[in-house]
Amino acid sequence: MYAWVWRHLPGPWPVRTLIAMAFVAAIVVLLFTTVFPWAEDSLPFLKVTVDQ
Amino acid sequence: MIRTAVRGTGELLITAGLVVLLFVAYQLVWTNYEAHKATDSVASDLRDSWDRPNPSGAGPAAARGPKKVDFGKGFAFLHIPRLGKNWTIPVVEGVDLPDLAKGVGHYPKTAQPGAIGNFAVAGHRATNGEPFAYLDKVRKGDLVVAETRTEWFTYVIDRTKIVSPTSTWVLDPVPGKPSAKPVQALLTLTTCNPRWASYQRLIVFGHLQETRAKADGPPTVLLRPTRSA
Repeated sequence: MYAWVWRHLPGPWPVRTLIAMAFVAAIVVLLFTTVFPWAEDSLPFLKVTVDQ
Repeated sequence: MIRTAVRGTGELLITAGLVVLLFVAYQLVWTNYEAHKATDSVASDLRDSWDRPNPSGAGPAAARGPKKVDFGKGFAFLHIPRLGKNWTIPVVEGVDLPDLAKGVGHYPKTAQPGAIGNFAVAGHRATNGEPFAYLDKVRKGDLVVAETRTEWFTYVIDRTKIVSPTSTWVLDPVPGKPSAKPVQALLTLTTCNPRWASYQRLIVFGHLQETRAKADGPPTVLLRPTRSA
């Protein structure tokens, strides 16, 4: 999978490294801003209220 | 072909593991960082708004705190000396997750601080700022102060109790007596129990001991916090 991505990135290796790092950074930002806050809702230790 | 499939599966599993680790880091570090930032901003906004002259129409009735507060907006401070010498946190309206990420949350249908009835507040015990991480250290006789724009309300803790998550009776104006007419100003704090689970709730009950005008300075307990058991 990662080898396939690497082969399909354009340019010489320094450029590919930069693009790959940008991809990773974008995914981390997406996780922290969207996916994790959504997943957090089901965590047990965030349930601190008595049901109203 | 098989080798490619195995390698691909392995890479996916390692990626999934990294995402889970990242989620743990997010919960344990990032949510606390974000919550502390949000809490500081709510606290300074509230102090600033108190420093400004009272909005028009605010008379003695408004002294007990605003009647209608926007969800997620701070309207009071809670001080619990047992949890630390200068332990203080803004109380925001509402107990949904976005509200609780900014401080501790006031159950919307319960009494205002110092008012007759039950002033009920929920707070996180693990992650997201975890204000009530050590709420289990609070015990009978401890003093808890609710600070509003105009007053200090000092509550004394009567008891703590572990209840089921559906025990809404703890929010009653007179906890456990749904039809009773409240005559006393009470305090109820709720959080999860055990700290990293959700199958119980830790409840702390108290009643109002002293009301003090802001102009008279903070109550003694905030000046010289008691360390005794």
